[in-house]
Amino acid sequence: MVTAAGGGARFQFASDQSLLIYFDQQEKEGRAPQNQITLQANEKVRKLLRLLQLEPVAAVRNLHPAYCSLLVKFDALRLRHEQLEAILRQYLARLEEVKLAEPRHVEIPVCYGGEFGPDLAEVCVMHGMTAAQTIELHASVEYLVYFLGFVPGFAYLGELPEELVTPRLATPRKKLPAGSVGIAGNQTGVYPFATPGGWRLIGRTPVKIFRADREGLSLLSIGDRVRFTPISPERFAELERACA
Amino acid sequence: MRVIEVQAPGLLTTVQDLGREGFGPLGVSPSGAADAVALRIGNRLVGNAEHAAGLEITLLGGGFAFPDGAVLSLTGSDFGPTLDERRVESWTAVEAKPGQALQVGPTRSGARCYLCVQGGIVVKDFLGSASTHLLSGLGGYDGRALRKGDVLKIGAASSRTGIPACSSSSSNPSGALLGRRVAPKVLQWLAPRKVLRVTPGPQCYWFSEEAQRVFYASTYRVAEESNRMGIRLQGAAIQAPASGEMISEGVALGAIQVPEGGLPIVLFVEQQTTGGYSKIANVISADFHSLGQLRPRDEIRFERVEWETARALLKEQEELLASAELIVE
Repeated sequence: MVTAAGGGARFQFASDQSLLIYFDQQEKEGRAPQNQITLQANEKVRKLLRLLQLEPVAAVRNLHPAYCSLLVKFDALRLRHEQLEAILRQYLARLEEVKLAEPRHVEIPVCYGGEFGPDLAEVCVMHGMTAAQTIELHASVEYLVYFLGFVPGFAYLGELPEELVTPRLATPRKKLPAGSVGIAGNQTGVYPFATPGGWRLIGRTPVKIFRADREGLSLLSIGDRVRFTPISPERFAELERACA
Repeated sequence: MRVIEVQAPGLLTTVQDLGREGFGPLGVSPSGAADAVALRIGNRLVGNAEHAAGLEITLLGGGFAFPDGAVLSLTGSDFGPTLDERRVESWTAVEAKPGQALQVGPTRSGARCYLCVQGGIVVKDFLGSASTHLLSGLGGYDGRALRKGDVLKIGAASSRTGIPACSSSSSNPSGALLGRRVAPKVLQWLAPRKVLRVTPGPQCYWFSEEAQRVFYASTYRVAEESNRMGIRLQGAAIQAPASGEMISEGVALGAIQVPEGGLPIVLFVEQQTTGGYSKIANVISADFHSLGQLRPRDEIRFERVEWETARALLKEQEELLASAELIVE
């Protein structure tokens, strides 16, 4: 149940009530199509998401965007996969006319290392850098929010400077502090809640990433641009009090 | 306002309704009742809208007092419920008189039972739903499992369900509801399954023929560390495709992912919204409620069905739930 479509999109049944759309997959001879993370594919995801939010399809219940794919959940008693695919093809044909919202630029203060970033020392060793160099690198780039996923408000940010690309932990932590800033592969992100997690923790922010009492709930939205600003433990304590 | 007093919370009791669908772009999964069919029927029995909030009670049960009385139902697995030590029927609308206390559990069958009360349980709404999402501490009663001493508000009885909340011939305002029960043939049709039907997962073609054979031929045991996020399985390991090829993507409810170790995990109601493991199969929607009744150490198997079959089974289930024969007056 796989079909290729124009505009570099491919449809795939994911479950009896959901359909996946992949963008810009790489075709290799004799192999299944490979996904790849590209800005171009993610822009298509964000455009299709926006169009589906502006002009909702009846019987579609939920949308799960990711790096280069969008999962569309629907009511199978009102719509078939094939019908939904036909509707989505019409949406895809209009992607070029979709105007994405102007990206918001968000700064997130981070206290790096020590108790705030228990893996910073190891990351430095792995890359043969000092803590100051690692922090400077991490804070030197403006990251794109590719999508929110995993848990409420968790933003997948990319890409890390090449020198900082680091494998995730072999054994994930069972519980880490909310606000922990982690890196894994070429991604970075901030854990909104005290959850399990396998990314290497290099710092922590006192800012609340997801708040049920806030308009928009999540500090970050898909398509936002994010920059991390190093702060001292004293500043962390001040901001933590202010954010409480 | 009527209330429920939590005398004993049991192992894990949470406020649940049918969940909050539609917030995938925020990373918020729907949550909601693990056995949604049981919650929907429980609500119907007491004259509520199907999506009203009730209590999801897990494995060991709990104790709940009704200082002002209530019309209630217990659905899902048989937890041997008693009201002031007198046995009450499951799948039936019963009355708790003012001051009576309900004891439920431990379970005699599956993992969960549902306590619904006429008027539903009222908590602060989060994104349109009363469901508790435990991992993030959002929704439900203060975002957490119930504790001893918690007091839950009961809402006003609905007048929009077509069931008279007031019986003209009775001084008991809820008399018309009492004794309503679920038709036995419906319960038989909806009985939780241990052979779960699945459709192929989005990465099924990444798994070798041998891996697929092992998956469909094996009996798996539900692991202790299973929860509302995921049902972890023990048994024959499946050779997982190399993880390097997989990029995180949206995941559906009931997706069966295979991490490097080869032991499958079925993503459940409090699932992560995206994930980076390959999915070999996906449980069909008509069998979701069966997932909600799986207990640790239960043994299950997977059976592949056609897409059309999955749809037909869902249609049949929904027609049954909507039918006039569901409830015997």
